[in-house]
This record gives sequence, C-alpha cells and structure tokens, in this order.
Amino acid sequence: MKGRLLISAAVVSLGMAGMAWSQGNSATAEIEKYREMLGDGNPAELFEMDGEALWATARGPKNASLQKCDLGLGAGVVKGAYAQMPRYFADSDKVEDLESRLMTCMVKLQGFDRAELSKKPFGTANYKSDMEALVAYVVGQSRGMPMAVPTAHPKEKAAFELGKQIFFYRAGPYDFSCATCHAMTDARIRMQDLPDLTSPAGSQRAYTSWPAYRVSQSLFRSFQWRLNDCFRQQRFPEPTYASESTIALTSYLATMANGATYQGPGIKR
Amino acid sequence: MASSMRVRALLKGDVTAITAIVSHPMETGMRKDGGKVIPAHFIQVLTVDVDGKRVVTSHLNTAVSSNPVFNFKVKGAKVGDKAVVSWVDNLGEKGSGEAVVAAG
Repeated sequence: MKGRLLISAAVVSLGMAGMAWSQGNSATAEIEKYREMLGDGNPAELFEMDGEALWATARGPKNASLQKCDLGLGAGVVKGAYAQMPRYFADSDKVEDLESRLMTCMVKLQGFDRAELSKKPFGTANYKSDMEALVAYVVGQSRGMPMAVPTAHPKEKAAFELGKQIFFYRAGPYDFSCATCHAMTDARIRMQDLPDLTSPAGSQRAYTSWPAYRVSQSLFRSFQWRLNDCFRQQRFPEPTYASESTIALTSYLATMANGATYQGPGIKR
Repeated sequence: MASSMRVRALLKGDVTAITAIVSHPMETGMRKDGGKVIPAHFIQVLTVDVDGKRVVTSHLNTAVSSNPVFNFKVKGAKVGDKAVVSWVDNLGEKGSGEAVVAAG
C-alpha cells in the first residue's frame, strides 16, 4: 500500500514537470498559430489596393501619375523592384531606399515639394498616408522574389558600411545601439523573439517580413517607420525622414538579407 | 481609411474558401481620444451570397478587430459563380464587394 502511494506521488510530480515544460513550449507554438491565422488574410491588401490606384492617379502641380517612375529596373517597372532596393540611382547620384525614391519621383514627375512630402509620411488613425499606401503597393509586387540588393557601386558599398557603423553605434541616455538587442541569438523581449540581425538567417527572416500591417495600430507601416520606432525605443532623437543615415541602415539590413525570398508585406501583432 | 473591401473565392475540391477583408474602424464606443469618447461604429450584419443565394448571415459586435478578415468555407459553389459579401454597420453605412469563384 505504502509503495503504491509513493509510486503515484512520483508519477504526479513527473506529470507536473512535463506540464511546465510543455507550457513553455506551447506558448511559442500558440504564438506561431496566431501568426499563421493572421497570415491567412492580411489587411495590408487594402493598402496595396489604395497604393495601386494612387500610383496610376495623376496628382501634384504637374498633374502626372507615377507610372514613369524608375525604381531601379527601368521606368514604370514595379514588379520585383523592391527586392533590389536600396540601390544607387544615377539621376539623383545617391543611394535611395524605396521611400526616398518615391519622393524623388513625386518631386520630378508630379512636382511635389520634397520637404513638404517628408513632413508627415506616417499615417495615424485620423490621417491617411499616401506614402504608406504606395509603399504597400510596391513591396507587394516583390512578394516571392529573391532579395538581391546590388552592392557593386562604390556609393552602395559606402552606404552599407555607414549603415553597419550606425547599427553598432552606441549612444543616447541608455547607451544603446541596434546591436544591443539585435546581435544575440535566441533572445527575446517579453514574448517577442529578437532576431539576430548580424546573422544572415536572422536578418533574412526579419527584413523580408517588413513593411507590414500592424494589427495593434490598424495601419500599414513602412520600413522608415520601423527604423524610426527602433530609434525611439533606443531614446535617440527622431531621425529625419529618408535621411542618408536611415537609408544607409536600410542598405546594411537589406544587403544582409540577400538571398532570402521576400515575403512581405507582412503582418505584425 | 483604406479602400473599402477585398473579396477572394477559391474552389478546392468541393469546398469554396471565401475571404473578405473589410476596411472598417470597428470602434467599440469604449475608447477615448483626449478625454472624449469615440462613438461606437461597428459592423452589425455581414452576409455572403453565392450565385444569388444567401449562404452566410453573421451578426457581429464590438469584439471584432478593425479592418477585419473573414474566412468562410462553402459547399456547392461552381467556378464562375459570383460571391458577394455585404455589410451594414450600426450607423446604417453599407458596403459590399464581390469576386468570381476561381479554381484554387
């Protein structure tokens, strides 16, 4: 009788240990399940539709559409363009990411003012951002394409190096750098996995899922927005929209993701 | 706000998967903006018609997210049928979108 009791007690404690272990595991599995469910239908599509219409709409002082905009693969070619950005553009003689390039086109083709365009690039609940819609459309046209950011031009190399420097640059009241959180494997903040952006696998997974629809904000978010929010979390001053440094950082991250299949636009919690 | 709606309908085997993404704020009436209550604004009835026949009537409330995504599985639809998804919200606003059933 006594022996049986002991055995059953042992079984109970084993059972508890097993439960605790599977609980930790199932939390991650549940998050994966949630992500899968979200992936089933992505409201980013609504913004893609908006962007597609905007792309073809004649706007601005010159009353022109963006259909002649060169995103790097020739005038008007949108398919696959985002998977090869940022890149060097001869006409503006600098490396540009998608958002900077869109502004260049909007200035050149449509006659908008660049300073005016960079004033309010991010949408809010009460303000619809044309830029974010255009970004949604363009990145959607690279879904399933391999990331192939060019690195041959000296200015592209310089942007990559500058971006890398920014990534590891510690500053601000918390003495933070991007690398403080994003240079470790298997680290997380609360329940969010932190990708190791210094490894190809980590940066490929992270970079190819942005820009993305943010469920908690009900808005589509561009890559410049993503970087802005990273700087905010580091308690850095807010960077200038589509500045040389944010483009350089994007160059570094995008180049690190080369070879991966672009998955976006993504969907985030 | 983004465009009003996107609908997809894909027939696999004998089951048609209908996806509808609706642009809607789905405000609960419980949130505040600078101390002022944001009035409730949410979809109350969402329906799906396939080939003119009502196949889904759903009654929604404030527990549904903004820009909601709906997935329905329907039997008996054929390729080429028209799937129409329509909604009415608590302010009487209406919206609808449609898609032709395609082979998936």
